[in-house]
Amino acid sequence: MSNFEIVTREDFSDVTYLIEIFHPLMAKAAKPGQFVIVMLDEQGERIPLTIADFDREKGTITLVIQAVGKTTRQMQEACKVGTSLYALVGPMGVPSTISHAKKVVCVGGGLGVAPVYPQARAFKESGAYVIGVVGFRNKGLVFWEDKFRACCDEFIICTDDGSVGIKGLVTAGITQAIEKHPDIDEVVAIGPMIMMKGCADTTRPYKIKTMVSLNPLMVDGTGMCGGCRVKIGDQVKFACVDGPDFDGHKVDFFDLMTRLRRYTKEERMALEHWEKGCRLQKAIDKKTASAIKKTTAHK
Amino acid sequence: MAKKKTIRTIPQDRTPMLEQDPAIRSKNFEEVACGYHPDDALRESERCLMCPDQPCVAGCPVNINIPGFIQKIGEKDIRGAYDILTQTSLLPAICGRVCPQENQCEGVCTVGESLEAVAIGRLERFVGDTAIREGWVNIPYIEKNNFKVGIVGSGPAGMACAADMAKAGCDVTVFEAFHQAGGVLKYGIPDFRLPNAVIDAEINNLIKLGVKFECNTLVGRLFTIEQMVSEMGFDTVFVGVGAGYPTMLGIPGDSLNGVLSANELLTRCNLMRARDFPNFDTPQPMGKRVAVVGAGNTAMDAMRVSIRLGAEKVYCIYRRSRKEAPARAEELHHAEQEGIEFHWLTNPVSVLNDGEGNVRGMRCVRMELGEPDESGRRRPIPVAGSEFDFEVDLIVYAIGTNANPIMGQTSGMRLNKWGYIDTDGTLATSLAGVFAGGDIVTGAATVIEAMGAGRKAAASMKAYLGIRDSKLPYDHDGEKLFGINLGERNYARVKIA
Ligand SMILES: Cc1cc2nc3c(=O)[nH]c(=O)nc-3n(C[C@H](O)[C@H](O)[C@H](O)COP(=O)(O)OP(=O)(O)OC[C@H]3O[C@@H](n4cnc5c(N)ncnc54)[C@H](O)[C@@H]3O)c2cc1C
Ligand SMILES: Cc1cc2nc3c(=O)[nH]c(=O)nc-3n(C[C@H](O)[C@H](O)[C@H](O)COP(=O)(O)OP(=O)(O)OC[C@H]3O[C@@H](n4cnc5c(N)ncnc54)[C@H](O)[C@@H]3O)c2cc1C
Ligand code: SF4
Ligand code: SF4
Ligand code: FES
Repeated sequence: MSNFEIVTREDFSDVTYLIEIFHPLMAKAAKPGQFVIVMLDEQGERIPLTIADFDREKGTITLVIQAVGKTTRQMQEACKVGTSLYALVGPMGVPSTISHAKKVVCVGGGLGVAPVYPQARAFKESGAYVIGVVGFRNKGLVFWEDKFRACCDEFIICTDDGSVGIKGLVTAGITQAIEKHPDIDEVVAIGPMIMMKGCADTTRPYKIKTMVSLNPLMVDGTGMCGGCRVKIGDQVKFACVDGPDFDGHKVDFFDLMTRLRRYTKEERMALEHWEKGCRLQKAIDKKTASAIKKTTAHK
Repeated sequence: MAKKKTIRTIPQDRTPMLEQDPAIRSKNFEEVACGYHPDDALRESERCLMCPDQPCVAGCPVNINIPGFIQKIGEKDIRGAYDILTQTSLLPAICGRVCPQENQCEGVCTVGESLEAVAIGRLERFVGDTAIREGWVNIPYIEKNNFKVGIVGSGPAGMACAADMAKAGCDVTVFEAFHQAGGVLKYGIPDFRLPNAVIDAEINNLIKLGVKFECNTLVGRLFTIEQMVSEMGFDTVFVGVGAGYPTMLGIPGDSLNGVLSANELLTRCNLMRARDFPNFDTPQPMGKRVAVVGAGNTAMDAMRVSIRLGAEKVYCIYRRSRKEAPARAEELHHAEQEGIEFHWLTNPVSVLNDGEGNVRGMRCVRMELGEPDESGRRRPIPVAGSEFDFEVDLIVYAIGTNANPIMGQTSGMRLNKWGYIDTDGTLATSLAGVFAGGDIVTGAATVIEAMGAGRKAAASMKAYLGIRDSKLPYDHDGEKLFGINLGERNYARVKIA
């Protein structure tokens, strides 16, 4: 297979970073909407991350990650070019259906810009008119603007503080697009749960099909544990094998947001435990460093 | 010549196996049952009557030569016993531990008619453990034949199939989605019942046979079964991906925080080592009071793991009575010893919300047994007006699994109406060259049945490739092909590379 070597590392901000991993088979198999599960080291947690890009020629896949807790922060420190992940499995999930929609809006909120990008590109390649709507808190957090713009016929950028583009949330951008184009067939929205809920609420009155990509907690990613179950209408689905894309108008977001809080206490514990370890390690490093300095100074 | 044993001359009571004290073991993950000492094994072997009609052999799903290996133990020839066992079972240390013996070999043992049955499982485990300790492996001389075999899933079915195909000289690769091999043996069955060291020893034996393991490989999504056959050069493929997809009860409150499947609890605890949190990153917060719904092996494991993770009170909720509980007798007994509180004839009707999306309790109803249903067991019926509440903060469902959908989503293999892979009597699927077995064909079953299926499929795969084990005597008496007596020569087919 591959030893999951990291070949590129890029930092978009102090919390968002990109890693590109060499895995030719996966690059060949990956389709828009799919994700991988990663383990940084043997003691690590299995965390799901969307495949934000894949390059079949180079044989690589790209992940864009936001450092929110223990694992993602540890990866931010550890994942340098030339290092390897302990485990990487995928592509998982049902690929997004790139429908025959003629006019689509692809919405990415914050980090969600990365996972929605392959879909926007695929829609473009299949001949659709693509309107990109991306939202960030401020100008400093914007990333992949050129890359995204390149596969869009129209591009709307929104920021919370108005430092660039429309001042407001992505929902404002969607409304603007819908008002200008009454013939939009589909909206694809990826980002924080609350944003996807907002998008679904925005398009509901217009009855425009709206697909969202759900990110519940996962363990195996193969349909074996049921940890990723979500409520879609009156049915229970497993996001890892039945999704992660679902009809946004049917998703029970409230239920999902409650479930995401399940491990808050333990997540904090893990982070504190790790940070303590780091501080300790740093202290030790300092000590040994100064000890080494002393001995070398003696000589 | 040994004198003929009779039911009256053999040791009357079954040789006990040393066990950790329940009060101590319910706080650790060390193995509960400590295994036989050689003297214990010797004594127990004397209890076998060497029945000429061997009912026990018929009771074992893979027909192990039980009196044969027990006789070798009696002769203190443990290596000989191991050789007999491994003619049939590839994983004696595992099956000796986890087989539901009381329904299989031991359930029909002649001795069991008047005394307690011969402890066949314990003896098998003794031999298996001795082999691991001594590093015995039966590695036959293997002549490579250049056939390439792909195995999907590294559970007992996949492992058994891999072993047989490797012994036949094929180049075997096992693909596993998880980062570690072993299937349910690794992620489901806890260490205190089946230590990881035992599983790893068996996996190492396979590696010694030349089997390659490729973990982190989700077949179907990374590449399909069809691609394995058409592009990747596999001459034949075995699919043993297990059942998975846990069932939820479908009652109000199912999705509250604190309701999870036994598979999730066990995977977090066993494979991901949540019990060592935060040294390992995966958490499994434990409730003070835990209700586990179901009474099979999975339920017993979930309850006993919960106790070990520090739950104060663990309830078992089962809608039928103890008699119908599908768990192995030994596990049920161990769970009782460890202080699990059993509520038979009780069925959940809803999960109660604490107002913030967490579990506060479970409402149940009492059941009574009515007429027998299709399964032959008496159907439980709710008693009107008997609702009552349990105060619990963690609820674990261990009520069975459905077929994993990935194979169906990604391949044209024919499935049956329940979503399991459809096979014929030889375990061939609807795709040429592709065979399947284990839980993904039968639905949740047992380790030994999965292993048996892996071996059966291996036999069919060899036939499909046109190779046969040149060591085995051809047993079709006097059968002739083109005038050649097949019994006289060993035929083997080699793929010209
Ligand atoms: C299908 C899928 C695709 C995903 N794609 C990406 C991606 O491309 N890039 C990326 O940065 N993240 C992605 N995520 C989320 C990512 O898996 C989590 O951020 C990660 O598991 C957090 O781990 P941690 O140990 O760093 O933080 P933790 O300590 O586990 O959590 C810290 C905070 O993050 C929240 N959190 C934890 N898990 C998730 C989750 N699964 N979804 C949302 N919030 C979570 C917690 O509620 C908590 O507030 C995806 C999740 C799924 C299910
Ligand atoms: C908690 C628990 C306790 C049990 N206790 C007992 C017991 O005491 N005695 C007993 O006899 N039986 C017991 N069983 C049942 C027994 O474990 C199973 O019947 C047996 O393991 C089935 O074997 P298998 O090889 O078919 O599948 P599994 O053991 O399920 O292995 C399948 C493997 O395939 C992998 N896989 C799945 N999909 C893919 C894919 N697409 N690509 C690659 N790999 C994939 C899985 O990750 C898994 O490792 C228990 C089961 C459970 C869950
Ligand atoms: S494999 Fe299981 S059923 Fe067969 S003899 Fe061994 S313990 Fe008994
Ligand atoms: S039935 Fe019991 S006593 Fe008879 S051969 Fe088998 S194990 Fe021995
Ligand atoms: S992550 Fe376990 S079933 Fe989806």
